[in-house]
Amino acid sequence: MSAGITKNPEIKAVPSSTDEFIKGLWRDNPVFVQVLGMCPVLAVSNTAQNALAMGLATAFVLLMSNVLVASLRNFIPKQVRIASYILIIATFVTVVDYAIQAISVDLHKNLGAFISLIVVNCLILSRAEAFASKNTIGKSIMDALGMGVGFVFALFCLGAVREILGNGTFFDISLFPDSFQAWIIMILPAGGFFTLALWLVLFNFYKLKKAKA
Amino acid sequence: MSDNKTIQTGSTGSSKKMLTAMVGIGVFCALLIVLTYEGTKERIDTLKAEALEKAVFNVLPGITKTRIYELTPEGTFVPSDGMDRTKTVVYAGFDDSDTFKGVAIEASGQGYADVIRILYGYDPSTQTVVGFYVLESKETPGLGDKIEKDDNFLANFKALDVQLNADLTQVENKVIPVKQGGKTQAWEVEGITGATISSRTIGNILGESTAIMAPLVYHQRDSFKVTPDQK
Repeated sequence: MSAGITKNPEIKAVPSSTDEFIKGLWRDNPVFVQVLGMCPVLAVSNTAQNALAMGLATAFVLLMSNVLVASLRNFIPKQVRIASYILIIATFVTVVDYAIQAISVDLHKNLGAFISLIVVNCLILSRAEAFASKNTIGKSIMDALGMGVGFVFALFCLGAVREILGNGTFFDISLFPDSFQAWIIMILPAGGFFTLALWLVLFNFYKLKKAKA
Repeated sequence: MSDNKTIQTGSTGSSKKMLTAMVGIGVFCALLIVLTYEGTKERIDTLKAEALEKAVFNVLPGITKTRIYELTPEGTFVPSDGMDRTKTVVYAGFDDSDTFKGVAIEASGQGYADVIRILYGYDPSTQTVVGFYVLESKETPGLGDKIEKDDNFLANFKALDVQLNADLTQVENKVIPVKQGGKTQAWEVEGITGATISSRTIGNILGESTAIMAPLVYHQRDSFKVTPDQK
């Protein structure tokens, strides 16, 4: 009887804050596992700098919207929750847009319309709806940090490969001799798909290998 | 009956809650946006002005200072602070000895992806376009954005001919785009294979803009010269 209670499959361990962080960073990585937010992932990962900036901007919006949604979860009626989340997300995207303009005009020019499109990034809305609206502020922060860092990591992986092969540079530092012929396709949209496919293969291969071990 | 009353009260309460939540979040969001806008406005304006100034120095080689002039409805140029964005402005460039070297002019046109905004330098003494810079473009990376980087294409704008005709009323030969390798005249803009639409757009923008601005600036080139009391 006592053994039955301790081994009851219905009782699940409550995930710790560290678990919430690791989940987004690796196990449920928003790009490599959930394949969410593909629009900026493919469009703005043509250089490492653009990828990093877009990743950080998205992570900031994700963090702030998760904090606000978790804080107001008992105040927002379910009938208007999606409208409220969109309003909150759009506000932080506007804040990020002004912040990037205030940091660098060139960076803002490079990221272009994709900053505004963070509003409709399904990663952010899904975390607000699926997690922050049902959990405490602390856990929501850890969830946003994990997912945000995971998103930055994935975008950076794509941006680095595409810039090195497509431009022959890394953060604008030339890596190859002048004779190097850059693979222009890598900084075009098709290159984004190729690179993402390669990273997905690598990621899944590693996970499979680890699961078998 | 009493059930109906209970339902009605619950519905009103829920509506009030929804309204309060939406208005409350709306007010908070509006406040945050306005505060961010006010907090960053000065810095953004400074950075944009710096970027534009850098571009003016880029398109007018040899200048060390610039002054802004606005185009009046009468077609004359008068000094301006450039704050009124509804007015057409040009940026006059001067060298160390305050000699007028030319003007930088903004122009725009529809490219492949979106509107392309450019700045070009016009030297009335040689009646040529002497520099070109892309202020805003969303052309395809690696293809259309060659209009900003391709050395052969940029060489078009070192001395692009915009000579006026004999009675000095209009440009003798309008600037036109031609395909790569097809340039035979000094007023032609040689395009880029692989960035055909974007490079043609630049040729067309320059053709349209210089047709209007070159005669205006040429006739009033003396109004840009620095008088002793302006020094």
